[in-house]
Amino acid sequence: MTARPLNRRRRAAAGIVGLALAATACGTGGSTASEGEADADASLPAGCEDYADYAGSSGTEVSMYTSIRDIEADRYVQSFEEFEKCTGITINYEGSGEFEAQLNVKVQGGNAPDIAFIPQPGLLQRFVQAGKVMEVPEGTAENVEEFWSEAWKEYGSVDGKLYAAPMGANVKSYVWYSPSQFEEAGYEVPTTLDELMALSDEIAGSGKKPWCAGIESGDATGWPATDWVEDMMLRTAGAETYDQWVNHEIPFNDDAVVEAVDAVGAILKNEKYVNAGFGDVRSIATTSFQDAGTPILEGECFLHRQASFYANQWPEGTTVAEDGDVFAFYLPSESEDSKPVLGGGEFVAAFADRPEVQKVQTYLSSDEYANTKAEIGDWISANTGLDVANVKNPIDQLSVETLQDESAEFRFDGSDLMPAAVGAGSFWNGMTEWINGAETKQVLDGIEESWPSS
Amino acid sequence: MNETQPKLLMLMYGIIAFFAVVGILLLVVDRAPKRGREKVQLVAFLAPALLLLAVGLLIPAIRTVILSFKGPFSDTWVGLDNYAWMFTNGDSRRILLNTAAWVVLVPTLATTVGLLYAIVIDKARGEAFAKALVFMPMAISLVGASIIWKFVYTVRPADDNQIGLANQLLVLVGLEPYRFLQDPPWNTLFLIVILIWIQAGFAMVILSAAIKAVSADVIEAARLDGVNAWQMFRNVTLPSIRPAVVVVMVTITITTLKAFDIVRTTTGGQFETGVVATALYDQAFVFGEVGKGSALAVLLFVLVLPIVVYQVGVLRSQREIR
Repeated sequence: MTARPLNRRRRAAAGIVGLALAATACGTGGSTASEGEADADASLPAGCEDYADYAGSSGTEVSMYTSIRDIEADRYVQSFEEFEKCTGITINYEGSGEFEAQLNVKVQGGNAPDIAFIPQPGLLQRFVQAGKVMEVPEGTAENVEEFWSEAWKEYGSVDGKLYAAPMGANVKSYVWYSPSQFEEAGYEVPTTLDELMALSDEIAGSGKKPWCAGIESGDATGWPATDWVEDMMLRTAGAETYDQWVNHEIPFNDDAVVEAVDAVGAILKNEKYVNAGFGDVRSIATTSFQDAGTPILEGECFLHRQASFYANQWPEGTTVAEDGDVFAFYLPSESEDSKPVLGGGEFVAAFADRPEVQKVQTYLSSDEYANTKAEIGDWISANTGLDVANVKNPIDQLSVETLQDESAEFRFDGSDLMPAAVGAGSFWNGMTEWINGAETKQVLDGIEESWPSS
Repeated sequence: MNETQPKLLMLMYGIIAFFAVVGILLLVVDRAPKRGREKVQLVAFLAPALLLLAVGLLIPAIRTVILSFKGPFSDTWVGLDNYAWMFTNGDSRRILLNTAAWVVLVPTLATTVGLLYAIVIDKARGEAFAKALVFMPMAISLVGASIIWKFVYTVRPADDNQIGLANQLLVLVGLEPYRFLQDPPWNTLFLIVILIWIQAGFAMVILSAAIKAVSADVIEAARLDGVNAWQMFRNVTLPSIRPAVVVVMVTITITTLKAFDIVRTTTGGQFETGVVATALYDQAFVFGEVGKGSALAVLLFVLVLPIVVYQVGVLRSQREIR
């Protein structure tokens, strides 16, 4: 990217400010900051010129707590290696399957990690309101200003103050399909919602069920159905009403929501459409989201709406590409002119303001980190400094293009923004009941009732 | 600092410190003046246990009660709001009803099944084997048992091969496959079956031992009086083993009130199967509603309390008889 050298200079300036803060914190006085910068620079190992901004905290440790485990966690650890080697800061990464609950316990018990990757802005807001999260340092704020869209910045902020820089991202508005199967049957990738429904009818007319879905996900059962509703809200009611709905400025059982849920019902509760490869409508509730798309490979199912990260769920040996076994198309909206995009991501919240913590924070929000991490694989970010050329697999490339598309209107996964009692509770449970046979209005009334009053 | 030290070393320090404290304590008690030595001993030996009880049980319990009157961030007082929510909200009413179903059904059915089985196999051939068969589930963890039963209840479409035992049986006798875990309110019943399956073995073992302890004189006297099997059970066996039955019932009731693993593993509280313990966890740790979670915890405590008091009463009256 042509803008890069300029960015780097600006960040160097930010780094000096950060160092000045650090120096003051150590009680040595701010006036020596620029000398400190020079010294630190000289002490960096060879080949580490890019990390000059983060120098001066050698021998310190930063603890990091996230919900990401296994191979993806290894990739994170790998992405920090060079940073650690050059700056001398050790990052202690810990991933947990019980992240949300355990983070709560750790923070309340006075044992908070230095840095946590929080995937739910709603959860972030709770910690901010409890006064536990530090505001981002200046260098991070500048990075966010420069590399992220206003919408993303807003999701990391509480009451106008930025508390967490965005990091990883995913795009949820995708429909998975089999390109070869489509070609064989002569189906076209639909570009409007009407075309999508027409295609579904056409497939159903041929005696096969078009859609497969599954919302079982352990104690998070129901979330894929809430994604469906959010995607439809953006399409039938528009982004503005979506925001009002997420912020509870309109009730959860508003007519606009009823309309969106019924639009989902036109697919998910249509016995002619679902559940390809698994059974009837109610089998959606007990089919795990990991398995839900696999009938596509066996030619039993044609369409499966799921996020970009579903790419990791296909069995080994499946080619995910536009000319491969499976690929995804954008879940179209009512007209070709509007392009709402539903997505998710993580935010980097700091529970400490030691200089080394702030340096890690700033590094994670930089375009260098986004490119380093993307090159390792299977990861993207909404960081506009991310070069598509560094992203390897086709679905991730498509996602980066979607995220960086100027005409696309990005909205964060609503259930992650709502209070946890709704977004990780009654909304999930409600949609599971809805799939299980409950009426739309009755389910939405129940969720509205569960919205916390405070 | 502590993190950099090897864990074994830390462990050793802990053990040394423990022995040092105990050693000094014994020394002090031993050196106490003759007069009032008993009192010193009493205090010295009770103090550590009381201290640990206070830190680990009493203080958290009091804190939970206090938190139950506060809001989600524990910074504002909300009076009885959390309790009002508990009894007025539709979802939590369902949870209370489910818990009631568990508490009524599990202890009675598990004890009945255990008792009948114990009587039937008493002095029968292969008694040990028959006992082991029913006691076996006790050896499986609740989560393990739940996973087993989740497979048993698995449902597939009618025209596919069933992989769940229960539905395979239904299909064999010509019925439609049934969604055991998905249809309220009956799904709660099928979850209850899991706990009964586990607890019946416990009831059987204790009651069987009690039956064997019934004095042979009494039985012989009854036989001479010409009782039939039912009269023998109703008028001789049951009164003799009553204390054991009470202990079994109480123990199972307390286990049932705390039922958490089964619901969380099989349905995650979905499909209207939630109970107090799962709701408590969700509210306090998942939703961050510490106040509501604490209120549910207090409710659980209040429900367990009378049962414990009753049990202590029974134990005391037994001691008096002896």
